Amino acid sequence: MSTDKKLFGGFSRRDWLKSVAGLPILGSVWAAGWDTTEKSKLEKELLLERLNIKASPPPPSGSMEGNPVRIGLIGFGIRGEQLMRALGFATNEWLEAMAISSQEDPNDKRLEDFKAQENLNVKLVGVCDIFDVRAEDALRSFNTSDNPCKRYPTYLDMIHSGDVDAVIIATPDHWHAPMAQAAIEAGVHVYVEKPMTHTVSETYLLREAVRRNPGAVLAVGHQHRQTLSFLTAQDAISKNTLGHISLVVTNTNRNDDNGAWQYRIHPDASPETIDWNAFLGSAPFVPFNKEHFFRWRKWWAYGSGLSGDLLTHDYDRINCVLNMGIPKYVTASGGVYTHRDGRNVPDVMQVNMDFPEFSTGSSQESGKEKGMSLVYSATLGNQFDRGTVLMGHDASMELGNILTIYADPRSTQYKEMIQDGRIDPAVPIYQYDPSANGVDAVTSATAKYFANKGLLWTYRDGKRVDSTFLHIREWLSCIRNGGNPSCGIDEGFEEAITAHMAGLSYKTGRRMEWDEETEKIITLPEEELDAILLDNSVSYVS
Amino acid sequence: MSASQPLSSAQTIALVLLRLFVGWHFLYEGVIKLYTPSWTAKGYLLSATYLESFFHWLGSDSMISLVDTLNVATLILVGAALILGFCTKLASILGIGLLLLYYLAHPPFPGHPQGITEGSYWIINKNLIEAVALVVVYLFPTSMSFGLERLFHKKEIKTQST
Repeated sequence: MSTDKKLFGGFSRRDWLKSVAGLPILGSVWAAGWDTTEKSKLEKELLLERLNIKASPPPPSGSMEGNPVRIGLIGFGIRGEQLMRALGFATNEWLEAMAISSQEDPNDKRLEDFKAQENLNVKLVGVCDIFDVRAEDALRSFNTSDNPCKRYPTYLDMIHSGDVDAVIIATPDHWHAPMAQAAIEAGVHVYVEKPMTHTVSETYLLREAVRRNPGAVLAVGHQHRQTLSFLTAQDAISKNTLGHISLVVTNTNRNDDNGAWQYRIHPDASPETIDWNAFLGSAPFVPFNKEHFFRWRKWWAYGSGLSGDLLTHDYDRINCVLNMGIPKYVTASGGVYTHRDGRNVPDVMQVNMDFPEFSTGSSQESGKEKGMSLVYSATLGNQFDRGTVLMGHDASMELGNILTIYADPRSTQYKEMIQDGRIDPAVPIYQYDPSANGVDAVTSATAKYFANKGLLWTYRDGKRVDSTFLHIREWLSCIRNGGNPSCGIDEGFEEAITAHMAGLSYKTGRRMEWDEETEKIITLPEEELDAILLDNSVSYVS
Repeated sequence: MSASQPLSSAQTIALVLLRLFVGWHFLYEGVIKLYTPSWTAKGYLLSATYLESFFHWLGSDSMISLVDTLNVATLILVGAALILGFCTKLASILGIGLLLLYYLAHPPFPGHPQGITEGSYWIINKNLIEAVALVVVYLFPTSMSFGLERLFHKKEIKTQST
């Protein structure tokens, strides 16, 4: 002590002040920072407690143990290849291309993700494709000593061979139901791409077949049912976070050849390499036509245009969250406005789906609110992202991979919190990003900017599990362990009927009406609806 | 600063204020981040518009946790050192390094996307200005006039004189 006294003997009070005055400044700044974060945390917790939305991921589907499931693939086109990768089978060509791509761009994690994918304990035992080149491509990559795989001449040969437990159907739409039905009736499990059916009558027939054969599991390929944010959205809706939803808007915006179904025509395609009659099936006869074969989505005879191909995704996304079922009324309009190349399915289409009896709940006086419209708006000539929005009296929900909820300035249930300045309608009251660590009640403009730019997506790509993989895994789990797929026959029935009502409305210019009691489309009772839907005669080339 | 060219009181006060204000800013940024566990520099790094591969590496899954921790720690240490007047030269260098990283990830170079900013910048932005402020703090140390170093400074004088 005496040394200290001696050392600092020359120190005046002023010296001491000048030496240590930084300490209170440091303390003040630290305390201010702590106080600010605590206050905002409290506000956030209060809001999250008030909203009480559960952002927990769904339980994973069951065990993949046991005997390998023997799978047969029908249709090894663009989607067939993607489905095979989700199943764990990639072509040698794809693996080579991805290896090069990941060398050139270290951020390209597709190969890494594929290799890290869980083994689903399946054997790919058979392939059916009526284009020799594709069937041979599949065999060249998949027929190995570990996994003997053979080509079957027809899908019926494969289904009835006794060698397959399950089939994956990735063919043109007009083959979905006949193949699915044949498989189900043979007790073979089915994963069928969307839309589940191509005609109204097929939809009933397939549902009957599935009901008669409860041992065979049918799943429809709406893989987005596995997206975590949709499950969180379900919880938010069930907690009446949005109040009464009167309008839901969903969109398709594409502006490229691939998006407009102008797929590549394979140079080796010829009547010798393609079984043309097998392709046509029930479709009206036309002579061999490469464009019809590779770009079948452009004609009603084989595809279903925007209503079957893309509306079904958006409809099922909303049905997954709201479970509102088949619309009472469907009105559609549009035309071939962006690709007048001989196609007869519309490339611009607006579909209004009305649910006059549906309600998600209300925060206002009883009886004031009931009914909802779902609007699907699509163009293949512009790719401005309009997002999917569920619009309620109390809040709006942007539904994507990231789920964001904004309070409505005129909300009833948030009125006081808005008045108190605790909720700013311009700032989300809830945001859920499955790729981030947690839930954020109040996000910054910058975070939103990053999210909107898709940067958080890139980051998610690094860790994300392909939702198609999860969807196929769920189907395999139902086959092995029992249970119902999230998109099974009932959901598929609703999806298909809605798509067909949209197609019928587009073609007839009439509002289509669904009768819930009789489960029938009751508009145009005297007409043959399937004939209208399949009518392939309209051409818009001037 | 050399002893042969003493600064006027006003000059010293101005330099002390500059040091305190920069320190204040660093410390507050660091404390806010420290008490906001969900905060991460990931978005900032992954959206870098310059030296992308370097910043993407910093923002990668394997690095981000370390980068976030180091960032918060450096902000707080630099801020505390500048406010307290202790090791200000080292703190200035670390601070300059940090600011240059912020600057280079999103530099306001002509033709580069600017993202969200609260003002308009061309080549020079506030990160760069703050970095230059720290160069001044480095070149004109003031912690012997105002700061903990005054204790040691006095001690040395005292020791030398006895």
